[in-house]
Amino acid sequence: MNFWPLLGVAVVVAGFALRLNPALVVVAAAIVSAMLSGLSIPDLLALLGAKFIDSRNLLVLLLTLPTIGLLERAGLREHAAAWIARMRRFTFARLLIGYLAVRQILSMLGLTGIAGHAQTVRPLLAPMAEAAAEKIDPDIDLDERERIRAFAAATDNTGLFFGEDIFIAFGAVLLIQGFYAQNGIVLDPRSIAIWALPTAIAAFIVQSVRALRMQRRLRAGRRREPESP
Amino acid sequence: MIFRVEYVYWLCGLVLAACALRELRARRRAHGAFWGILAAIFLLGDAMKSIAAHGNALPEQLAGVGVIALGLIAGFLRRAPVAESTQEHERRSASAARLGHNLFVPALIIPFGTLVFTLLQPYLNVGGIAQLDRAAATLIALALACVLAAFAATALTRAHTRDAIAETGRLLDALSWAIVLPMLLAMLGAVFAATGVGEAIAHLTAAAIPVSSRLACVLAFAGGVLVFTIIMGNAFAAFPVMMAGIGLPLLIGLHHGNAAALGALGMLTGYCGTLLTPMAANFNIVPAALLELRDPNGVIRAQWPTALWLLAINLVLIWFCAFP
Repeated sequence: MNFWPLLGVAVVVAGFALRLNPALVVVAAAIVSAMLSGLSIPDLLALLGAKFIDSRNLLVLLLTLPTIGLLERAGLREHAAAWIARMRRFTFARLLIGYLAVRQILSMLGLTGIAGHAQTVRPLLAPMAEAAAEKIDPDIDLDERERIRAFAAATDNTGLFFGEDIFIAFGAVLLIQGFYAQNGIVLDPRSIAIWALPTAIAAFIVQSVRALRMQRRLRAGRRREPESP
Repeated sequence: MIFRVEYVYWLCGLVLAACALRELRARRRAHGAFWGILAAIFLLGDAMKSIAAHGNALPEQLAGVGVIALGLIAGFLRRAPVAESTQEHERRSASAARLGHNLFVPALIIPFGTLVFTLLQPYLNVGGIAQLDRAAATLIALALACVLAAFAATALTRAHTRDAIAETGRLLDALSWAIVLPMLLAMLGAVFAATGVGEAIAHLTAAAIPVSSRLACVLAFAGGVLVFTIIMGNAFAAFPVMMAGIGLPLLIGLHHGNAAALGALGMLTGYCGTLLTPMAANFNIVPAALLELRDPNGVIRAQWPTALWLLAINLVLIWFCAFP
């Protein structure tokens, strides 16, 4: 077995550790790994080109940008924030836990493309979460704002990842089933998907508890403020 | 069929080309070149692939040169200064007060349009010919919904197509190279797979553990899936490698684990790794750029506690459910 292509992994680790531009690091790692596996330069270029072309589906979120950009110019984020600020019952934790539940259930039904960082988190969830946090503490600083936005993105990821494995027609379940089938173990997709349920429930509980704790921390921060100079 | 996935890529190519021209007109050559190369790969990608299928690799090799150029230019992209004046903020707030909840309509057309087109896909056929490419139905549905939403947004805000391109350029400038990182990482994953990196890692792990201990095998399997996902940024790449290297021969073969439970829980262990790694750029780095966080790893910082809790829960579940 040829162990030299493993140096490509080392390039990735070193590049990220040295804080070089990630795009450059990734391209360099691909070149190193391909060269050490004994590919000629023309074959290496064709491999990079072909695999990059094959992954074009990952950039289709680009098509949401004209809509999001126009709506932001017309005040979408300001409106989402003002709306949440007016609704007294919509607390920070309720907003995020509600979004998590919807996202997880939609993913379980296979509707993963319905929400996402470009479609829902940037224009809606993040400004709403910030507005909900402002209701608790009107003077949150930029660090706290960024933590809140990042937590909104983390909630979207958690809902997506730990919902989709329950949907039997989703890629992950079919990948597992297909892998076993190739190795002579024939399984019903449903028997695999059912084992994803306990982790899905755990994910909902863990992320919800974290949202509640974040809300409690925001409240504690507001109470402390009058004492600090 | 009427709607083919190529058209989605051509549309992306046109949007990218328009943004590239805009940058070139502003004399920002590095940005113009970056988005221009990407536009060319989107517009010509299908032609390149069909020429390669006929035995001529030259266009794909040129695309490879383009990829290397993207990597070299990426470091030179600088964000254009944005004048975020209070005047602008007041204008947006006034516009928000005027348009009210109508602003949500185009934003919601994207998710609900995608849903409707995806669900209608089996029924959208004329004369027995499916109108949406089945293999890429969700992607085409998303693209159709985005086009509808863009029309709705221009109508609602009384904007010009020029404004839509300018706003796209502004967002693209904020996202910068981060938006291309998922494609580059997918390419790297494919290169690692083609050069046998995965097999080498599984081989080394299996050689390093005491195979007769069930605990050691479980920890090596879960740890292997986790670490390999962190390296590759993709649990789908890590799962088959670790399953073939440790899962099948040791956990199922030697220790008689439940295959269905090991499959599901193994994959979910990989997802914990996805939450932890900058290599999963579309889930961690792109949103950090989208949300304009100063720390590119801000999203990972917000989700590592969730990932570690779920990892611990998964390990317990594997121990008690896969080996009753």
